[in-house]
Amino acid sequence: MSGSPAEPAPAGMPPVGAPAEADEARPWRARLVRFGLPLLALALGCVAWELVVWVYAVPAYQLPSPLAVATTLVEDRALLFGSLLVTLETTAYGFALAVLGGAGLAILFSQSRLLETMLYPYAVILQVTPVVAVAPLLLIWLPQPVAVLACAWIVAFFPMLANTTLGLHSVDHNLSDLFALYGASRLQRLVRLQLPAALPMMLAGARIAGGLSLVGAVVAEIAAGSAGAGSGLAYRIAESSYRLNVPRMFAALILLSVAGMAVFGLLSLASWLILRRWHESALSRGP
Amino acid sequence: MSSPAVVALRAVTKAFPNGTRALDGLDLTVRRGEFLSLLGPSGCGKSTALRLIAGLSRPSGGAVVWGDGAPKAAPARGDLGVVFQEPTLMPWASVAANVRLPLQLTRRADVAEPRVRAALARVGLDGFAEAYPRELSGGMKMRVAIARALVTDPALLLMDEPFAALDEITRFRLDNALLGLWQELGKTVVFVTHSVFEAVYLSTRIVVMTPRPGRVAADIAIDAPFPRSETFRTSAEFAALCRTVGGALADAMGETFA
Ligand SMILES: Nc1ncnc2c1ncn2[C@@H]1O[C@H](COP(=O)(O)OP(=O)(O)O)[C@@H](O)[C@H]1O
Ligand SMILES: [Mg+2]
Repeated sequence: MSGSPAEPAPAGMPPVGAPAEADEARPWRARLVRFGLPLLALALGCVAWELVVWVYAVPAYQLPSPLAVATTLVEDRALLFGSLLVTLETTAYGFALAVLGGAGLAILFSQSRLLETMLYPYAVILQVTPVVAVAPLLLIWLPQPVAVLACAWIVAFFPMLANTTLGLHSVDHNLSDLFALYGASRLQRLVRLQLPAALPMMLAGARIAGGLSLVGAVVAEIAAGSAGAGSGLAYRIAESSYRLNVPRMFAALILLSVAGMAVFGLLSLASWLILRRWHESALSRGP
Repeated sequence: MSSPAVVALRAVTKAFPNGTRALDGLDLTVRRGEFLSLLGPSGCGKSTALRLIAGLSRPSGGAVVWGDGAPKAAPARGDLGVVFQEPTLMPWASVAANVRLPLQLTRRADVAEPRVRAALARVGLDGFAEAYPRELSGGMKMRVAIARALVTDPALLLMDEPFAALDEITRFRLDNALLGLWQELGKTVVFVTHSVFEAVYLSTRIVVMTPRPGRVAADIAIDAPFPRSETFRTSAEFAALCRTVGGALADAMGETFA
């Protein structure tokens, strides 16, 4: 009695016009303001800093001038960038393990209430215990590189777990009914509904986790301190502080904060690229 | 003379855990090929009745009986299409992927492409297969939802106030489009609305429901011939039918029809 949709049939509904091209063009002026103003403020800050050091003749072991820091950065570049790489590597591994572990555990929790009830408290304990306090213990138990990696992982793990759990639970009820209507299996529901719905929250979690795993790595390196055989950037800071090499401390500090910004920027970019077709957070609303 | 029953609600009661008795002794038979509207004020249990038919919830009392009395299981997956009040599209998937979903979930992906294309053509969205839901207007999103409900070629289509959130112009247009589809495809439609005018314009039969608890207050056949168009909407017959149905609704609500 009913025609098959596969047959060509006269359209029941009148067609609507072709989709409009979204206008991508943004005036360069807006960009200049957005990126130029913070840079200008930074430059002004550096000039003021240089002037203060110069006018009051502050010794370099108290406050090095920006120029002195820049010089150190260039002169010690082999040492500093080598250390940066070590810290970044730890961060990357810690982050990757946190993303896999956090998201994986959240998926497991979403499939078994029992597991969630049993294990979630441990995840919370891991989160609320300050990593600075845990680091010395880990350093006793584990070889130093592993202990540092464990710290980077511990702090980054929970945001990933919490955000993925929240995301997997925040599925639209009507969509959920639709999946039930067509008899979707658990796997179909997970892959086609829960994970895509959770993606924005997971990416937000990853953005936090990236920054935190850097923090974890730094904390563990500092905790290892002079006793450690490490060569990460935080270890350089500790070492320079014992030697009162303040310009190098500043140089290492600047490298760390630039690395933190780069991690955040990269993850934000990845998040935007993944979500830009559909999610509200990635929509441009024009200037 | 009446066509065979597709599904019947027999003395159905639905009480929610919080104590609300949404339905109490609802008797309703849906007949093959008809366009049946459930009309009633909001909160009278229309959505609840539709969810029971869709198998998305179970009755607390009474039974949902499929077919002609012979004990028969609920329809196969995909033999039933539902359109909710909101378009309920997956925002992360293109229009085509949204329409393809029922075929994938019922493991008929092999026949998907021509069916998806045909379903989109039917609702007038040919050029929009690769668009994302956020790029569409409210009316177009509803068209996608209708295409998705049609893609498995279900015998029964359940629609829960699908156009209630749309502006009147879009709504009239979609009403006409829906009537076109119904005539062309010969499906059975159960359509929930709280608009007397929409119910009269679309239906072959209107069931008026009472609020709290929900049950049938009046069962009115609308015999006006098809195809119906703007001429029908402005006719004296239409006005008279609306008065009758509006009166029945007012009686059901215990008020006088102004
Ligand atoms: N899940 C639920 N839990 C508790 N009460 C509900 C639930 N769903 C609906 N109700 C109640 O049942 C009654 C009927 O609701 P509904 O079927 O949605 O009405 P309608 O669609 O006619 O507006 C309302 O009083 C509503 O508050
Ligand atoms: Mg409703």
